[in-house]
Amino acid sequence: MTPAEFRKRREDLRREAAARPKHPIVYVGAATCGLAAGAREVLDTLRGELDARGVEAEVIETGCIGMCEKEVLLDVQRPGEVRYTYGHVTPKMVGRIVAEHVVGGNPVGEWVVGTITDPARPYADQPTFAKQRRIVLRRCGFINPERIEDYILTDGYEALARVLEDRSRPPSWVYEEIKRSGLRGRGGAGFPTGMKWEAAAKAPGPNKYIVCNADEGDPGAFMDRSTLEGDPHSVIEGMIIGAYSYGASEGYIYCRAEYPLAVKRLHQAIKQAEEWGFLGDDILGSGFSFHLKVKEGAGAFVCGEETALLASIEGERGMPRPRPPFPAQKGLWGCPTCINNVETFANVAAIILNGADWFASMGTEKSKGSKVFALAGKVVNTGLAEVPMGITLREIVYDIGGGILGGKKFKAVQIGGPSGGCLPASLLDTPVDYDSLTQAGAIMGSGGMIVVDETTCMVDLARYFLTFVQAESCGKCPPCRVGTKRMHEILERICNGEGREGDVERLEELGTRVKQLSLCGLGQTAPNPVLSTIRYFREEYDAHIRDKRCPAMACSALVDYTVIADKCTGCTACVKVCPSGAITGERKKPHVIDHVKCIRCGSCLTACKFDAIKKTERGVRGERAAD
Amino acid sequence: MNARPTDPNPSGGGTPAASAPPAPVKLIIDGRPVEAAPGTTIFRAAQSAGIDIPHLCYHPALSVAGACRLCLVEVEGARGLITSCAAPVADGMVVRTTSEKVLWARKAVLEFILSDHPLECLNCEKNGECQLQSYAYQYGVTGKEWPGAKREVAPDASNPFFERDLAKCILCGRCVRMCQEVQATGAIDFVGRGFSVKVTTPYDVPLEESECVFCGNCVGVCPVGALTPKLGMRQGRGAELTTVSTTCPYCGVGCRLDLKVKNGRIVRVDGGDGAANHGLLCVKGRFGWDFVHHPDRLTTPLVRDAAGRLVPAGWDEALDLVAGRFKDIVARHGPGAVAGLASAKCTNEENYLVQKIMRAGLGTNNVDHCARLCHASTVAGLAASFGSGAMTNSIDEIAGADVVFVIGSNTTEAHPVIGLKIKEAKRRGAKLIVADPRRIELARLADIHLQHLPGSDVALLNGLMNVILAEGLADMTFVTERCENFEAFRDVVTKYRPEVVEAVTGVPAARLREAALTYARADKASIVYSMGITQHTTGVDNVQSIANLAMLTGNVGRESVGVNPLRGQNNVQGACDMGALPNVLPGYQPVTDPQVRAKFEKAWGRPVPAEPGLTVTEILAAAGEGRIKGLYILGENPMLSDPDLHHVEQALRSTEFLVVQDIFLTETAALAHVVLPGVSFAEKEGTFTNTERRVQRVRRAVPPVAGSRPDWLILVDLARRLGLKADYAGPADILDEVASLTPSYGGISFRRLDARPGDATAAAAGVVPAPHGLQWPCPTPDHPGTKFLHKDKFTRGKGLFAAVDYLDPAELPDEEYPLVLTTGRVLYHFHTSTMTRRAAGLAAIFPEGYVEINPKTAAEAGLADGDPVRVVSRRGAIIIRTAVTEGITPGVVFIPFHFREAAANILTNPAVDPKAKIPEYKVCAVRLERLGAREAAAFAAAASPDVVSNVGAAKGGDAR
Repeated sequence: MTPAEFRKRREDLRREAAARPKHPIVYVGAATCGLAAGAREVLDTLRGELDARGVEAEVIETGCIGMCEKEVLLDVQRPGEVRYTYGHVTPKMVGRIVAEHVVGGNPVGEWVVGTITDPARPYADQPTFAKQRRIVLRRCGFINPERIEDYILTDGYEALARVLEDRSRPPSWVYEEIKRSGLRGRGGAGFPTGMKWEAAAKAPGPNKYIVCNADEGDPGAFMDRSTLEGDPHSVIEGMIIGAYSYGASEGYIYCRAEYPLAVKRLHQAIKQAEEWGFLGDDILGSGFSFHLKVKEGAGAFVCGEETALLASIEGERGMPRPRPPFPAQKGLWGCPTCINNVETFANVAAIILNGADWFASMGTEKSKGSKVFALAGKVVNTGLAEVPMGITLREIVYDIGGGILGGKKFKAVQIGGPSGGCLPASLLDTPVDYDSLTQAGAIMGSGGMIVVDETTCMVDLARYFLTFVQAESCGKCPPCRVGTKRMHEILERICNGEGREGDVERLEELGTRVKQLSLCGLGQTAPNPVLSTIRYFREEYDAHIRDKRCPAMACSALVDYTVIADKCTGCTACVKVCPSGAITGERKKPHVIDHVKCIRCGSCLTACKFDAIKKTERGVRGERAAD
Repeated sequence: MNARPTDPNPSGGGTPAASAPPAPVKLIIDGRPVEAAPGTTIFRAAQSAGIDIPHLCYHPALSVAGACRLCLVEVEGARGLITSCAAPVADGMVVRTTSEKVLWARKAVLEFILSDHPLECLNCEKNGECQLQSYAYQYGVTGKEWPGAKREVAPDASNPFFERDLAKCILCGRCVRMCQEVQATGAIDFVGRGFSVKVTTPYDVPLEESECVFCGNCVGVCPVGALTPKLGMRQGRGAELTTVSTTCPYCGVGCRLDLKVKNGRIVRVDGGDGAANHGLLCVKGRFGWDFVHHPDRLTTPLVRDAAGRLVPAGWDEALDLVAGRFKDIVARHGPGAVAGLASAKCTNEENYLVQKIMRAGLGTNNVDHCARLCHASTVAGLAASFGSGAMTNSIDEIAGADVVFVIGSNTTEAHPVIGLKIKEAKRRGAKLIVADPRRIELARLADIHLQHLPGSDVALLNGLMNVILAEGLADMTFVTERCENFEAFRDVVTKYRPEVVEAVTGVPAARLREAALTYARADKASIVYSMGITQHTTGVDNVQSIANLAMLTGNVGRESVGVNPLRGQNNVQGACDMGALPNVLPGYQPVTDPQVRAKFEKAWGRPVPAEPGLTVTEILAAAGEGRIKGLYILGENPMLSDPDLHHVEQALRSTEFLVVQDIFLTETAALAHVVLPGVSFAEKEGTFTNTERRVQRVRRAVPPVAGSRPDWLILVDLARRLGLKADYAGPADILDEVASLTPSYGGISFRRLDARPGDATAAAAGVVPAPHGLQWPCPTPDHPGTKFLHKDKFTRGKGLFAAVDYLDPAELPDEEYPLVLTTGRVLYHFHTSTMTRRAAGLAAIFPEGYVEINPKTAAEAGLADGDPVRVVSRRGAIIIRTAVTEGITPGVVFIPFHFREAAANILTNPAVDPKAKIPEYKVCAVRLERLGAREAAAFAAAASPDVVSNVGAAKGGDAR
């Protein structure tokens, strides 16, 4: 198949689609987030309902459109009309939506959470979406990811066709174009993608590889999963174009096995692409051959580090290797290899189609295009947001995220996962670009963004991330294996109220050493959550160490639970849930908590229906006891 | 250890070697200009400039890990510190290895490592030799800088050889890489994550239940005290030990050993820097040395008294008796009535003396040794084909081959360190073809395994050559220019079409074809073989067929090619070289040649008989018939090693006077009239010649056990009593005499072997040092030795093609004896196991023999794995446990020959090759008989026979 033949086939598809009778379309978000919320049941009910009523309608299972907190999402679009989105859909709601909207043409207004008039700018009327700029996610929620035809009908593989049919220039023009676009690695470190491809092009060797890092492992991050589930071909097309630019003949997508749906859709997409001739030998008659395989990772966080990932593909234990030599010179099986993140690849076709200038027109001076964030934590709107580079944190947290849940106070935003840092309210106006974030002590990372409110203890948060990296360290190099252990021990001590004068300085010294001496990115960034919280929340450390207080009342060793006698009805609900037998008292009379026996699990607080149990700082209780 | 650098991660990206070497990279290290080849790491470039960068995980024999972070250096313009062991040099690079920042980093890393390390140097075996300790001292790190939890793992002493103290492990991964890359066993890896990561087996099973073969090469590269040999614990460490460099007493590889000695006792053995082993060892070499100090050692001559008991005697009394009785027998029956067996375990000097005593002292050429039983067919066959019976190429060259063809050699068990060389070749991309009736370890690693029937080698080899000729892959230039008798050979081979061969060998025609094409298309193809080829009634035919194959494809006379017979014992090559053979004098000079005899007669002052003598097999046959009346046996144990043991016993008992010189009271010595206590390799001076013709020094490390005497000295005393002039001050003088009479040894001397490069005294005396030994031919004192033979022309001139047809083995299975028995060695034992069963670890891990049976054969015989069974041949029967395995062909059974309680050689067929007189150990017909209940119970009760004192302590029951 030549590019011309490909386009003719596409025209045929388009004609067929146009010729089909026009029916209402019902979209159901069936990515992992949707399925977890019950999309499968909604779909079953929907299909049954349509059948039972003999309604002719097309049902499309899409990827995630980004409004994760409103799943299950069901959209109805009648021919020639606006597309309406229903949120929090349950099987019980389906009958009415079908009857009134699909059949009757009257949207069920009370359940509608948004409308789409222009697919390029969905929900443009809502602040959550108004500030987004969708490139990577442009097809998510609109196409059926399991049908390559849907992809092709939305300009899919056109970029590849243009690249391969261009015989006037050597393949290097592709990475030159990518360089000019300013695309930087979306996996976190932000290395210019075109330069990486160029390095691999210049490295000698008959065999070269291209690898997609889909081992998304940061707690709270799910951008890559959504992209793979919602638009797998965009990643594959980006990989083929990259491979062509520097002459790789084989590629791997290293996807974590915990993403079964993504793995399934990748396998499907690869098979379809092979059937269409976008993968395999002599692609689109160009003479260029490229083969792609999926390799499932076994769930080690460190395998997201590129050299460990390569070791894992080679069948070795996932342990990183020193750089230099860099993978672009000596990677998979010693051959030049480029490893790029899912999101990076998903940008490539758009850049080729629209041109480097188009891409470079978005963003800041050194950070171009858009970035997908997985917004999580204590904000109103959690979910995916693709924003233009340069947007401020405040806009993300307040405009897109809708502010803090439950009217609590914003405390910090943790960006970049375990490798990232915590930025305080005073830095909310920091623009989101690689360099500003790094300067502020965080990193862009792969796009995890966790908002924390006043109830989170920053020392405890740092301890959490240290627990994570300490458990995920591969153990190969002493700074990471031992250094993070020592940091973790100190943090444990501080959180337990056993902090000592000098602990903060020790943490800083250890952190510096671990950063500078560790073998791979995991260790080199592991201290970041600790160092950034020390930088911006030093007073919380001091409160723990000097006053043995946890101001956020999150560190269990530093809080007490006390019964407010006036409010206690003696219902014994707390007694029943207390696992350590610390609560005593006669029925119908105020109860008492024995602070020695209490293990501070907080069960009584949750169980009490009369607000009669109070959580207090340990030190404060002492004062109370005095008066 | 000084293993050579290898590239365990051969990249597909390598470009073919260009004609001119690429221009060197120029950089500055610590202010000094340094040049290095492109691709060199900063670490190596610094090292070559004499700048040592501290390191723990780096090891020259292993791939780069970059784990320990100790070798970080500063590179101008680079972001952060650079891992020097991994980073390649670049033009204009400016490197600092001792800047403030680098020193800070080193100290910081050491503080981290030591903060999780038990500070127990007081009781650590590694004290004084520990790299971590040495760096801690150098950088002033106490280990108390960052207090915190330490990994708590109890030391594991469950295996017989070494203790694993994982709390001391610094996770440098050297052991893991050694096991995976060099040893290619993969028994251990990192397990777990985070602070609790440890090096262990899959599922943390004990090493004995894992794939581990206890080579101990992990122990050899451990930089700290995490892996410690159990032998010698608490008997000395560090500077208390002196090091004696010598040669391993086990197989023919010739590994160099560093004996660590204190107070006259060996306390440890390390891998020495040898040309064959480069610091690597196998389980026997590293852990099998304690027989030297075993209480069973003979401490006095023994003489059989009137009552038939062996009783202690004085040396003079014993030696006078020996000399007197031999002289008496010669006087009464002529020199043809006496014979001597020299020893492949003894030194060159000792073997030389034995044949000199027999020839010049007693006037007979009846001298031979156990090479007759292992490689007589090689000596005869290769001598006929090429003109020299030795391994054509060197051990190291195997790693450079494109194809390695292993036939009839269980290399990884019988010659483990050469096995590593084959694995190295494979790692570098060579194809491996293995022909063996058993699915041995190499067969599992092989690209092609030809599982042919025992004894069908000629058919198999002719089949390979048939395909090569049919496909036009023969090197006809080589054939026509360098060889002869091709046409007669071709006429025979033409008959062996693959389909015909399949019927004889059981090897599918397609696989045979694939193997032929793979071998023939290689630029450099190396053949490795051993006793699977030689121990047949067609042994010489087999060897000549192999020679044919190499010649046909031009794989002789170049580097990394050739025909490479692996010699079984430490000095079997040397014993042959020294003329401990009935037809040749030292250096394979024929006794039938009057000029040769004249030379020796002049030197020895006595006549040398012209008639070739009897071989081992003929000597025993003659003894059985009463024709050999006096027999002198040096360090051999035919009562376990020779075929048809019932007959051997009858023969030995038939002698009038049997003398055995050995270090233990072996099964053979127990029959002797006089027993003379010699010494082990560790108690004497001399030389061994390994399988690649390399003459290496054996050095005295400990004094002889009280009452024993170095064997050369015993022989000198005997020679004098027989009227020979033997005024040698020591073995050095004996070797000088050898050199003066033997052209191929002409340039070999203790002086050269002992001289260190750069030794001014040696240089002044005109001595050319040869610290890594000398490979013969080495005709002159300045000759560097010969790496490979037959360059430009064969030793005999033209290579001789032999037209060889397949013949059946002497005994084939029939209705009465329906199975084929084949015999061989196991990794943990050596020869008749007189030494290995007195090495506590080896005896413990492998206490008894077994018969290997295919599940199908076992099912037919109604046997389950581990059942005792009677194996019966026409010559006898033994009771032994079964080991049921898919690794052996149905209808074939295998028994190792080491165990006297179930001696395989009771069963074997003494039929010999007509030319080489080697017995057919590899094929005889047997049947299996299930035991009755009472017999089975009796066997179980006697399962751990108290053969030697330490075997009683060994774990019983499990044959594997």
